[in-house]
Amino acid sequence: MGSDQNILVKLNKAGFSINNKWLVKGVSLQVEKGKIVTLIGPNGSGKSTTAKIALGIYKKIDGSVEKYTSKVGYVPQKISIDWTLPLRVNDFMVLTESISNELIDEALSLTGVIHLKDKNLGDLSGGEFQRVLLARAISKKPELLVLDEPVQGVDFTGEIALYELIKKISDELNCGILLISHDLHTVMSATDHVVCLNGHVCCSGSPMDVAKNNEYKALFGEQASQILSRYEHRHDHVHTSEGEIKKN
Amino acid sequence: MLDDFFIRALIAGIGVAIVTGPLGCFVVWRRLSYFGDTLAHSALLGVTLAYSMEFNIAFSVFIISSLIALTLIQLQKRTNLPGDALLGLLAHSSLAIGLVVIGFLSFIRFDIMGLLFGDILAVTVDDLLIIWIGGALILLVLKLIWKPLFASTVNYELAEAEGLNPDRAKAIFTILMAAIIAISIKMVGLLLITGMLIIPAAMARNISSSPQKMVMYSIIGGLLSVILGLFSSLEFNTASGPSIIAASLLLFILSLLNIKQSIKLKN
Repeated sequence: MGSDQNILVKLNKAGFSINNKWLVKGVSLQVEKGKIVTLIGPNGSGKSTTAKIALGIYKKIDGSVEKYTSKVGYVPQKISIDWTLPLRVNDFMVLTESISNELIDEALSLTGVIHLKDKNLGDLSGGEFQRVLLARAISKKPELLVLDEPVQGVDFTGEIALYELIKKISDELNCGILLISHDLHTVMSATDHVVCLNGHVCCSGSPMDVAKNNEYKALFGEQASQILSRYEHRHDHVHTSEGEIKKN
Repeated sequence: MLDDFFIRALIAGIGVAIVTGPLGCFVVWRRLSYFGDTLAHSALLGVTLAYSMEFNIAFSVFIISSLIALTLIQLQKRTNLPGDALLGLLAHSSLAIGLVVIGFLSFIRFDIMGLLFGDILAVTVDDLLIIWIGGALILLVLKLIWKPLFASTVNYELAEAEGLNPDRAKAIFTILMAAIIAISIKMVGLLLITGMLIIPAAMARNISSSPQKMVMYSIIGGLLSVILGLFSSLEFNTASGPSIIAASLLLFILSLLNIKQSIKLKN
């Protein structure tokens, strides 16, 4: 891991529970400048929760989170916007920070939706809205980007282009990215550090290391792990529905 | 010129409309109309306390409404009751206590109708000062919290994640709501204040394509309602509050015609 001054956000054994049920527990990870950290794991494994802990949206947490930057861009997984608000793409771009028209145009062009600038947000398709969300997050040139399934609903060619864009942004802006993704090919090719979650950290490391890891294979199956690895393994614990871990 | 009661009412009404315009938009966006009603009902208690202690009405209403708002926030944290039940509880119990206190104050002559529906004859030069200075303060504070308040109205988590502190903005906005009710109670009356907040904003929603435009049209709608309402109140000798609200309803109906046209254009 790099030197301390490159750290943007650091979770120490962080966890979050609602009604005595742990959504995620004991997560330690850090995001550094210029690095992409990816969270993978099955549905309900606490990926989005971990992102929200890192962002400071959840406050009553177990463990601790240290955030060293306030320049944050966030693409949430789910976003519900109330249409009692008349809101155009242009208004949405300056929602949390006033940025210049040039920066707005630049970001919207990068994600391929500059033609929608004056459209009402409610009239966009799912994929178009997702591109606007990503444009908004990158337009303010953040130091930390948190992207929760940023390309959901985007068409296949667009998906590849947007992942390339994310990689490019991380290099150009030297910003740290916390990415949640289901696309293992992307995770394996573009990521510096992978954290595999299932209510807790199952394993973490470089994509290579994780692909070789037994728990990763147990979670995602042999096929996924064959992307990079041919190792055999035995899973030594099971997960109950309450998020507890039982040894076999 | 300020000697004329009608001129005073007009100046007061214009001041109120400029402030209810933008606040009303947030009431519509954040679905706070019943919350506004609750604060307005509790204002009666504030008024009675002002009379019994010979205190300034606007100030007393502001304090009682703020207390009710804070009580609501505490009750929301400590009980499992749904928000509308808590609002109903506070609205009607504070209204009831206010009416009971009025019963005890039999030695003071009360103009209940004026209190409930507004009374243009009652606007004094002091009231004008309170409305314009208070109103300017409300708008100034609203401008300062606009960004976090608006961002969290669109999406709370985005605002929180990107460091805007939406909880503080929400708390301050609650106080602003108490303040607008306090300064507009004499003009519109406590039963109709929420109408003054909602109807011009609802009218503006029908004809605007961006949040800034909606705020602007909401102010213009409020101003037209006040001017139209007050002149008809003078002409037909009706209470000022209902006349203003009826005028704003008229504007709302006109704005519906605009929607019909734009839907036709789309198809």
